[in-house]
Amino acid sequence: MSTPSSFAAPANPMRAYASMADMTASAPAHPEPSDRARPLARSIDLRSEPGPVRFIIIVLAVSFLTIFVVLPLLVVFASAVSSGIGPYFAALAEPEAISAIKLTLLVAAISVSLNLVFGVLAAWAIAKFDFRGKTFLITLIDLPFSVSPVISGLVFVLLFGAQGYWGAWLQAHDIHVLFALPGIVLATIFVTFPFVARSLIPLMQEQGTHEEEAAISLGSSGLQTFFRVTLPNIKWGLLYGVLLCNARAMGEFGAVSVVSGHIRGETNTMPLLVEILYNEYQFVASFAIASLLAMLALITLIVKIVLERRLDEGQIPRDH
Amino acid sequence: MRRRRHRILVLWLGKTTRSGFIDLKRDPPLVWSLLVTTPSSGRVWIEMVHRILPFLAGLLWASSVVAADFTLLNVSYDPTRELYADFNKAFAAAYQKETGKRVAIKQSHGGSGSQARGVIDGLQADIVTLALAYDIDAIAARGLIAADWQKRLPLNASPYTSTIVFVVRKGNPKGIKDWDDLIRPGVRVITPNPKTSGGARWNYLAAWGYAERKFGSAEQAKRFVGELFRNVPVLDTGARGSSMTFVERGVGDVLLAWENEALLAQREYVKDRLEIVVPPLSILAEPPVALVDRVADKKGTRAVAEAYLNYWYTRRGQEIAARNFYRPRDTEVARQYEKSFARVELFTIDDGFGGWTQAQKVHFSEGGIFDQIYKN
Repeated sequence: MSTPSSFAAPANPMRAYASMADMTASAPAHPEPSDRARPLARSIDLRSEPGPVRFIIIVLAVSFLTIFVVLPLLVVFASAVSSGIGPYFAALAEPEAISAIKLTLLVAAISVSLNLVFGVLAAWAIAKFDFRGKTFLITLIDLPFSVSPVISGLVFVLLFGAQGYWGAWLQAHDIHVLFALPGIVLATIFVTFPFVARSLIPLMQEQGTHEEEAAISLGSSGLQTFFRVTLPNIKWGLLYGVLLCNARAMGEFGAVSVVSGHIRGETNTMPLLVEILYNEYQFVASFAIASLLAMLALITLIVKIVLERRLDEGQIPRDH
Repeated sequence: MRRRRHRILVLWLGKTTRSGFIDLKRDPPLVWSLLVTTPSSGRVWIEMVHRILPFLAGLLWASSVVAADFTLLNVSYDPTRELYADFNKAFAAAYQKETGKRVAIKQSHGGSGSQARGVIDGLQADIVTLALAYDIDAIAARGLIAADWQKRLPLNASPYTSTIVFVVRKGNPKGIKDWDDLIRPGVRVITPNPKTSGGARWNYLAAWGYAERKFGSAEQAKRFVGELFRNVPVLDTGARGSSMTFVERGVGDVLLAWENEALLAQREYVKDRLEIVVPPLSILAEPPVALVDRVADKKGTRAVAEAYLNYWYTRRGQEIAARNFYRPRDTEVARQYEKSFARVELFTIDDGFGGWTQAQKVHFSEGGIFDQIYKN
């Protein structure tokens, strides 16, 4: 296969993600980070700021983060173990808690894997082909980001509810979508759809179609090209998108709350259960579930950091 | 063509010899290989599909196993969580003893109005136990419940009752004793939104009923309730939300609450921070129960659902209500639990408001009296 040096290093997907708002159908290749830093440093030398100003800015940033991110997180963990480790694990072993954890993982697994397929397809279509209505498709992918989650949930009530568009047909055939697993999965997919596609599009656009063209000219089939050339090239970006998607899928409250029906031990996901337990004066149990959610988020964060480091060190495994 | 198809198949399914154990070196699990090793081809992604699918299937299977002979879904309103946790356990035991059949009861709780909406939208409730008759009427209007549902069970289909009381801070610093004290300037009153909460509608009607009796006209009552709502800094959507606002966040001087909710909050959480003030006159709140005919018939659970509702009218059921701070209907049980409930003069929704349908139309419909009051 091709040598790594013949390509620009794939963009860091985290960076690409941050700048996705201004992403257009034909994003230019990112310059090397060092190239970008040099002219910037010449025109505005950040180190020329007087010491106290720098100090104040850093203190402000750190204290802001402490107050708004670190402290609440600590409070969650502290409240969770406030009456000891025993009650903490007892709360997690409640049948209702176990069912919520199971449901959350199941919903996340289904919706993330479906979004993985849809996201790759969408990103593939947008990055590698030119067609009419491409901008429209990109806008459509962004739609779930701009719509309030409650509306996302209500859409499914209007479609699948007994009074809804397909309600009569579904009832007649005894198919339960709303207030059951399928509804929760649908709402989650809707809300988390953009993550995978959005983290892939810039990456794939930057990589261009050269490698695929080479593979096809050497006689590989479409699927072979995809699995042996495209997928290995985007896998780190894809994994990053999947992580974000997963974090949101497990944490989604609004849309799921609308379609869940709140059946205890059946359609309550972890975020819903946190609220329910809190409202039942069961603070320890509520914070125990919340801390578990937070831990899942922290694991995601750690994996993200590992990924970021690999990408920054240029340890991007490539196909040889 | 066939060769190509075969290769695609191998690409998707991978090699199919498996010993059942995971060997990290030879046959690494996906996450491991992604983070630790450098995969040499796209094969690893296929491995992922290979591994996740059985796991998913397992989870799906595990969640579909039901041990009971019958499963009932009771869709209820906010403050009944503890009540039904208790009642369901007792009923399941009694039912198994009597018939030998096991019944599992699932619960769903939320604002009374939005729960009714859920059932209308297809939530498969065998039983609804809501805060007020109007919400069940709304379900009946869609044909899910027989129109005469309130006549099918004794006592307006309300096996337990409650009333509206005041919850104040320890020592009652604002000296609140009666409804008149709620409209004094500087007294902040916490109540949920009557548009979404059943409890809030009882609150509103209790205040209205008091004022109408005291001042003698609907015009005066409207002014009184208007002044009361001018003292309300925030409207939560449900009774539990309001309790949390008052108790946890410390907002307001007096909380208008279900008596059962107030007594529960006092027992569960804050004995030494709150006091309950019972006004001399209040409303008799009758939270009704009903069988959802269409769902129960489809699921074949009519008999067990009826037994469930009838269990409320047994001595045991009435005691469970009383234990959970709902006023029992049974006179004997009521006498037994006399000390738990303060003496209040109670008026009913039929006395001054002509029933729920009428009250709903006049007070809480779009452009009704509540809208007029709250706009000004």
